[in-house]
Amino acid sequence: MKPISEAIDPNPKAGSLFQKSGLRFRPSLPRNLWNAVMTTLVAIAAGVAVLPLVLVLAFVLIKGGQLISLKLFTELPPAPGMGGGGIGNAVIGTVLVTGIAALLAVPVGIGGGIYLAEFAQGGRVARALKVFVRFGTNVLSGVPSIICGVFIYALIVKTRLLFGQSYSGIAGGMALAVLMLPTIIKTTDEGLKLVPDELRWGAIGVGASKFTTVMKITLPAAFTPIATGVVLGIARAAGETAPLIFTALFSNYWPWPETILSGDTGLLERLSQLKDPLLNPVASMSVLIFNFASTPYPELQSLAWAASFILVIMILGANLLARWLGRFAAR
Amino acid sequence: MTTSTPGPSTATKTDLCLSLEDVTISYGSFEAVRNVYLEIPRGQVTAFIGPSGCGKSTVLRSLNRMNDLIEGCHLRGRVVFNGEDLYHPKVDPVEVRRRIGMVFQKPNPFPKSIYENIAFGARINGYRGNMDELVERSLRKAALWDEAKDKLRDSGYALSGGQQQRLCIARAIAIEPEVILMDEPCSALDPISTLKIEEMMHELKKSYTIVIVTHNMQQAVRVSDRTAFFNAEAQDGGSGKVGYLVEYDETERIFNKPTQRATMDYVSGRFG
Amino acid sequence: MTASVNQQPFRNRRRPLSERMLDQGFRLLVTALACSVGIILLWILRIIVKESLPAIGVFGLSFLTKSAWDPVSNDYGAFTAIYGTLVSSLLALAIAVPLGVGTAIFITENLIPRRISSLLGLMVELLAAIPSVVLGLWAIFVMEPAIRPILTWLHTTLGWLPLFDTEPQGPGMAPAILILVVMILPIITAISRDALQQVPGELRQAAYGIGTTRWGAICHVILPAAISGIMGGVMLSLGRAMGETMAVTMIIGNSNNFSLSLLAPGNTIASMIANQFGEADGSQVSSLMYASLVLMLLTLIVNILAQWIVRKLSLRYQ
Repeated sequence: MKPISEAIDPNPKAGSLFQKSGLRFRPSLPRNLWNAVMTTLVAIAAGVAVLPLVLVLAFVLIKGGQLISLKLFTELPPAPGMGGGGIGNAVIGTVLVTGIAALLAVPVGIGGGIYLAEFAQGGRVARALKVFVRFGTNVLSGVPSIICGVFIYALIVKTRLLFGQSYSGIAGGMALAVLMLPTIIKTTDEGLKLVPDELRWGAIGVGASKFTTVMKITLPAAFTPIATGVVLGIARAAGETAPLIFTALFSNYWPWPETILSGDTGLLERLSQLKDPLLNPVASMSVLIFNFASTPYPELQSLAWAASFILVIMILGANLLARWLGRFAAR
Repeated sequence: MTTSTPGPSTATKTDLCLSLEDVTISYGSFEAVRNVYLEIPRGQVTAFIGPSGCGKSTVLRSLNRMNDLIEGCHLRGRVVFNGEDLYHPKVDPVEVRRRIGMVFQKPNPFPKSIYENIAFGARINGYRGNMDELVERSLRKAALWDEAKDKLRDSGYALSGGQQQRLCIARAIAIEPEVILMDEPCSALDPISTLKIEEMMHELKKSYTIVIVTHNMQQAVRVSDRTAFFNAEAQDGGSGKVGYLVEYDETERIFNKPTQRATMDYVSGRFG
Repeated sequence: MTASVNQQPFRNRRRPLSERMLDQGFRLLVTALACSVGIILLWILRIIVKESLPAIGVFGLSFLTKSAWDPVSNDYGAFTAIYGTLVSSLLALAIAVPLGVGTAIFITENLIPRRISSLLGLMVELLAAIPSVVLGLWAIFVMEPAIRPILTWLHTTLGWLPLFDTEPQGPGMAPAILILVVMILPIITAISRDALQQVPGELRQAAYGIGTTRWGAICHVILPAAISGIMGGVMLSLGRAMGETMAVTMIIGNSNNFSLSLLAPGNTIASMIANQFGEADGSQVSSLMYASLVLMLLTLIVNILAQWIVRKLSLRYQ
């Protein structure tokens, strides 16, 4: 070994304290062996990490996909032991409850985000308030979703606060809203922070009020990241179960009586029926999966797979949409 | 075994350290620099100058295979170091970088103590001597010992920008490379720190071969023995510019009697 | 009239009252909306404390150490559930952290072409988006039957260990831990990936420039520089694992009988609440509220610790 390293390396001091060998790559060196072993290990880790997604998707698509038909959306779940049926009420219910949650959480969350990014500077009070809000957001986002359900149960369901009703669509929506709120505040705050200050100074420099600056300049500039965050937040809430099982509960019927479409009853009465699901228990796909998965009836179990299929397609679709939205705007 | 060293040896003259033979470097389909022939002598300071975008940093980074870290970067031609082709498939880039050290544009100490910044490199290079001694010696060579000897345990980030850069130089020389590559080492520093580093380079060239990229022509005149001038010109297809070596000679000739018109224009500041 | 206006187009430069009111109103509105987060948080705490007071009065701190759960004689203790919560989430973490950090390194450190690594990153993120109830369904009908032979083998070969001394029969602690791993893996991976990507390129170059190998750079320079973010992610996912409800409820077996064995059915606080809250009344509700309080405090501590660790470690490496 020695003569070669001298032959290529005329530098005399190299031999002394550092062991210098030729430039050739030698796989048997401990450091190169270590490299190979570690690279293999992380490759295996990555494989193991991706495996569940592939398996879950495969089973949901195969087991749930074969049941997809129009009937699934137009019929109610069958009685236990009976075949057929659909999950139409749960699909509508999920959209309804998630919609209520978004209506409640999006304005509040965007407002809170605007406060954090645009207003919370200056005096000691403002700074203390900012810490309070930041801390609250971080902690609330870590509160287990089941606790949101327990909270709304104790606040609204048990006390029958809403027109003497207990379980209701509104209660479910509120529980999901509590869950969504921190996500929306965070994405709004971070989205607004990406807007360069020069843009704000430009608006303030021509004498725009704070309101105009935020509404006309910064908020539109941050639209994409905020929209992305809101879509992701709603998608996540749509799949949540724990906050719903004792707030919106479940229902085996349509959110509205079927007579609402036909003209048997008066128009006014039918209009007033629109509010029914807000104040009564509402079905949702996530609770349906939970309930039907633990029944011994194969028909109900396969409906749970079908609901999983629809839910997963909806949520993955929303995720890919949000991602595409982000990339599209980044150009 | 001697014959099995990668690549046939073409230049084993003792005074020749590195030579580039028809080197073309491209990022993806875009050529950054084309057809460079260059011979860098041992024990001297060689400066690369030229307008921005002419590929001088790219060439410098190709000398110790730092370009490997950039995805899609590809080199054609040969870079010969001590008679071995650095881009031979059997060459270990890690080994290359242990022989040919590098100092970067922005000071980039590790988030470790000053002492550890130097000891870390030595340790992974299999240093078996007295570590305290090596740290002191390296810091002295980098003219940082007096300022840093009382705070060796402090974070490298506790130093000023100029001191950080000298720490990075100390870190590079601690592993006793043969060549030190410097990529605009003073561009982020104030004039006094720049002066200190230039003085240090005069000391360092006694034991190392130095290649420095600089956009400061005065600096090239002050520190270098030989200068290579790179330029960039629009490609035939019109998609961006491609760099090439215009002229390479003793620094004095480049700045006083260049043979190329472009060099003359550049060094006299009439560049456009 | 028109002429005079044209000569002095900005004669009235005071902002109109309406505009100033709008500005003030806007400020007040967003301040109030921002405060609502903190208020909701305090409200949650207040309601849960209030509702659990009767149980706290009756059982006191022995609630935490007793494993009785008897609605007939109204005797409640949450030890089994607390133990299950801690054991399931810590073991899940122990499995998921090496896998997640390893995956993050695999994705970020130029080991594979960028196209493949971004695809892998996307897949891991999509895994995070799958609802936990769907994972629960999958765990019941696919995962648990698939791993049962392995668990049975563990029981027959290592049955002398208290950890494996019961025969696996469907739902239990072990499948619950595995589904938790699946749930927190994407969180750890995503946060570690972000932390690794934020390590400045100069630092990487510095490491390679003095001749470290790839793994030398990763172990000695890049991971230490990213450790604050990674640890933050680990703590965050610990909190998530402790509070995770649906998938665990569906596969853990919901048994309040204490057992050391990982192959036996167990319980966590969240799954106990999910399972019993609907049919509970009287002192059982109050006991469940007490359990909720414990769960909330546990996750609160973990989350605050997470923020503290991030701050502490990032100061060291600044």
